[in-house]
Amino acid sequence: MTQTQADVCNVLYGIIGPFNTKGIGLKPETTFAGDLELDSLTVMDLVAAIEDEFDIILPLNMLPDLETIDQVAAAVVSIQQK
Amino acid sequence: MADLFDKFDGIIAERNALLKSGALDPFKVTMDQVLSETEAMIDGRHTILVGTYNYMGMTFHPDVMDAAEEALRASGTGTTGSRVLNGTYSSHVAVEEALKEFYGAEHAIVFSTGYLANLGLCSTLTGKGDYIIIDADSHASIYDGCAMGNADIVRFKHNSPEDLEKRLRRLPPEAGKLVVLEGVYSMLGDVAPLKELVAVAKSFDAMVLVDEAHSMGFIGPSGRGVTEAEGLEDQVDFIIGTFSKSVGTVGGFAVSNHPKFEVLRLVCRPYMFTASLPPSVVASAEKSIRLLMHADNRRAHLWENSKALHYGLRSQGFGLATPEAESAIIAVILPDQETTVRMWNALLLRGIYVNMARPPATPAGIFLLRLSLCASHTAEQVDTILEAFAAAANDIGLALPLPEAAE
Repeated sequence: MTQTQADVCNVLYGIIGPFNTKGIGLKPETTFAGDLELDSLTVMDLVAAIEDEFDIILPLNMLPDLETIDQVAAAVVSIQQK
Repeated sequence: MADLFDKFDGIIAERNALLKSGALDPFKVTMDQVLSETEAMIDGRHTILVGTYNYMGMTFHPDVMDAAEEALRASGTGTTGSRVLNGTYSSHVAVEEALKEFYGAEHAIVFSTGYLANLGLCSTLTGKGDYIIIDADSHASIYDGCAMGNADIVRFKHNSPEDLEKRLRRLPPEAGKLVVLEGVYSMLGDVAPLKELVAVAKSFDAMVLVDEAHSMGFIGPSGRGVTEAEGLEDQVDFIIGTFSKSVGTVGGFAVSNHPKFEVLRLVCRPYMFTASLPPSVVASAEKSIRLLMHADNRRAHLWENSKALHYGLRSQGFGLATPEAESAIIAVILPDQETTVRMWNALLLRGIYVNMARPPATPAGIFLLRLSLCASHTAEQVDTILEAFAAAANDIGLALPLPEAAE
C-alpha cells in the first residue's frame, strides 16, 4: 500500500515523539538539527526507527539533504515507490 | 562578514566552563618524560599510564628499538615520498612479508596510519550502487571512510546479528555489499559476536571486513584477533589493523586472500596520496610483529592484568561496561560528565593516567573512564591503580557502590 507524503508525515510525528524532548509542536517544516536540536547520534537512531517503521533502508549519506520532516516524508515515499 | 569559527561557539563555551571549574585540561596532558611503556612524568608527577593502547608493551623492547635505530642510521629519517613513487624501501616490503606470515594471508598492504587503512578500504572497496553496512558504534575512521566513498551507507544496531539481518534483507540481492565489523570495540572494550555476524553477512553474499586494531597481539591463539579466536579466518575477506597499539609504533595495514587485492595500490587514494612511513618505523614494526608471533607469556600476563583490574574495580562498586574482562580495555561507566571529569582529574593528581570519553565518541548518553592494560604492567602497578581509584572516589565525594554497578 502506498502512502501519501502527508500520511507519512503523520506517521513520522509519532516516531519523532520520543526524540522530541523539548516538546516542540511538530509541523512538516520542523527541522531536526535547528528546531528539535538533535545531535548526529540521535538523528542516526531516529533513522533506524524510521527504517523499521516503513521497512525500508534510508542510507545515511542521504541525511545531509533531509533537514525537515517533510523532506524525510518525501524521501520515504520515493524509496517505497522504487 | 561571517566568521567561520562561529559554529564552534558551543564547544568553546563548554570547554571554558570546564576549565573554570578548576579541572585540568584533558587536551593538554603532556608526557614530559616517558620512563617506560607504563610510566611517565606528567607535570612533575610520576604517573602510571593505563590509557595508552600499548597492549603488548613493545615500545621499549630492546630488539625493536635496535631495529629502528639500525634502519634510521642506514636509511635516514624519512622517505619523503608516497609508496607509489619513491616511498617503497625494502623495509616496507619486509614488514608486509611479516604481516603475511603473522596472519597466514596472501596479501598485505601497509598504510601510514590505521585511520588511513580504514579510510582507504571503506572508501575504495564499495562504490556507487554498492552498500556499505556498518555497526552503529564503528570507529570514526570507518564513518569517515564511508563519507569519503560513494556507496549507500547502512548502519545496524551495535553487535546485533538480528538487526544486521533485518537491514541486509531490505537491500537488493544483486547489489555489492561490504559489512564492516570490529573485533573489539574500543569504547566499551566489548568483543563482537563475530561468528553470528559473519554468518548473517555471508548468508546475504556480503563481503566482510573486520578491524582488529584492539585485539591484535593477544586475542586468538596466535594473537591474530577475534577472527582467529572464532575460527573465521576463511570467511573474513579483509582484516584491518594498526601498528600503533600492540605493535608499538605507528602505521596501519590491511590483509586479505582476495586474488585481486593488490590492485588497491593503484586505486586507493589514502594509500597513494600520502608519504610512506619512515624506515625506522617499518623496521621496528617488522621486528615487533615477528616477536608477537611468539609472545605467549606477554599475552598471558596481559589477560591476568585485565582480569585483576576488572575484578578489583567491580569489587569496589564501580559500574563496568562489560560483565567480565573481554579485552584489555576496561571501561568504567560514570553517571555524568561532571563526575567523569572530576574523577579523571583526581586520578591524574594521584599519578594515574586514564582516558576520558563522552558522546559522540561513546554510545549515546554514556560517560566513561577507559583503562587499557599493558602486558608490562606489574601486579603491584595494578594494585596501585585500584587503590588510586578508591582514593579518587573519596577525593571527589563519590559514594560507592554506584547505581551503575548494579547493571
